[in-house]
Amino acid sequence: MKPTRQGYVEGLLEAGETDERVVVVDGDVSRSTGTIAFKEKFPDRFFNLGIAEQNMAEYSAGLALEGFIPFYSTYAVFAAGRAWEQIRTSICNMGLNVRIGGAHGGTSVGPDGATHQALEDIAIMRVLPGMTVLVPADSNQTRQAVLASLNIDGPVYIRYGRNPVAEIYHREDTVVPGRGRVLRQGKHASVMAVGTMVSAALQAAEILSGEGIEVSVADMVSVKPLDVQLIKYLQDISGIIVTAEDHQIAGGLFGAVSEYTSENRPCRVIPVGVADSFGCSGTPEEVMAYCGLTSDRIVEKVKRALEEG
Amino acid sequence: MISAGVIREDILRMIHSAGSGHPGGSLSLVEILIHLYWKEMRIDPDNPRMINRDRLVLSKGHGAPALYSVLARRGFFPVEQLRSLREFGSGLQGHPHMQSLPGLDCSTGSLGHGLGIAAGMALGLSMRNNPGRVFCILGDGELQEGSVWESAMSVPALKQTNLTVVVDRNHVQLDDAVDRVMPVEPLAEKWKAFGWEVAVCNGHDPVDLARAFSTKTGKPLAIIAETVKGKGVSFMENSALWHGRAPDDTELQKALEELK
Repeated sequence: MKPTRQGYVEGLLEAGETDERVVVVDGDVSRSTGTIAFKEKFPDRFFNLGIAEQNMAEYSAGLALEGFIPFYSTYAVFAAGRAWEQIRTSICNMGLNVRIGGAHGGTSVGPDGATHQALEDIAIMRVLPGMTVLVPADSNQTRQAVLASLNIDGPVYIRYGRNPVAEIYHREDTVVPGRGRVLRQGKHASVMAVGTMVSAALQAAEILSGEGIEVSVADMVSVKPLDVQLIKYLQDISGIIVTAEDHQIAGGLFGAVSEYTSENRPCRVIPVGVADSFGCSGTPEEVMAYCGLTSDRIVEKVKRALEEG
Repeated sequence: MISAGVIREDILRMIHSAGSGHPGGSLSLVEILIHLYWKEMRIDPDNPRMINRDRLVLSKGHGAPALYSVLARRGFFPVEQLRSLREFGSGLQGHPHMQSLPGLDCSTGSLGHGLGIAAGMALGLSMRNNPGRVFCILGDGELQEGSVWESAMSVPALKQTNLTVVVDRNHVQLDDAVDRVMPVEPLAEKWKAFGWEVAVCNGHDPVDLARAFSTKTGKPLAIIAETVKGKGVSFMENSALWHGRAPDDTELQKALEELK
């Protein structure tokens, strides 16, 4: 078990080492997100602009205009939400190489409660023209997402969590924009998941397998661009897709998969996610259970879909 | 040096031809932009991306017609292109779009963004020991955007002296007088309190503008340029109506007569 934020920081330190253009713009959360390690290693390339996300996004745009690769880094709910229009109109409209690190994504902030749980960030970043959206599942993949972002032309949103999660990937497993990853293959249905729900999907697959139901599990780490080849491949095996995300059902991974399938290859797509509501305080596990973000919920959705045919 | 009248005539003809645009806040900007592009800024129209050039961020992007006219008259692109303002396929978009037109250092138009972007650019330049300076023009109504003050707070904190702000203080915004919509005074005191050196000048007087720009200071400089919205056309002056309205044929003729 390792927090994904640790992978974010490891990635940043490596990126800072290999590429002098990498700078970090932080908003008074460097001790919490861990970017303070970047400050210690590269003090001249770290800027704490205080609690002012709009200004952080704008500084990042200006630094990118001058050829730097700024990682604009703060809690996802503020990174994506507070400065959305700066990201849209200044960063995306100019196609700038800003990387937005959305920390504490989803319900993983647990005790902090609804205000701090980013459950809409994937949706509002995904609709922006030219924005790449990566939602890694564990620490190693978060590190790789940071490294992969260095080679992406244009803005990138990397959404990661706070708490320790099960390790799924090896250190060398790369992240490729536009590519998901099949972690398990089964003929009855496919579960497509991102972030912390990848682990839940694998657990659900195990439970289902014990009952004779075999499902594929795909990590859709690149929510945008979406891996449509992978979706097609899994659709050829089974016509039932269940999506799982620590995010509102509307507009996130479920939205992305549904948009693709409804236009190109219509099939059942069934969401596991937050159903148009806010989170609350509690341990991450309690809040995830309250929001229906569990392996049991995935199991239930798969079974019901199979019954309904 | 170009005459301000030429720029003002361009602005009026462009907006008339486009059928929409912002004459009031373009006309108030004219002498400020002339000073910047003919006297102050190190630029090369033949090499618009020159690495050590001075940069301009027109945060009040609705003043685009004034900037376009100045860039064309300065030689960044042919003057004939000015007629295409706001047309489909034109590089002269309604608000500045840097990928579409040589000479633009930043896309702007959404109020409250420009100062932070300019500050990020200035930071990037100083990190590379690039002597380029950044100038950022803000509208006075724009100062109602909270993000301006986030940026205003950060620039002196980061000791960024390669950035100069110019406030086009024309006293009028879209709906009404700035003081009636949401007062921004005391302006000089506000910028000073945020850590800036402040110079107040007549934004239509080239000599006074030059004096303000030459203010010696170890702090970032904010110039409050007192201007007249719609300057040069009597029926547009100080009028919120002409913030965002194009003159018709008769109004254009009347305005051009006045400029002669």
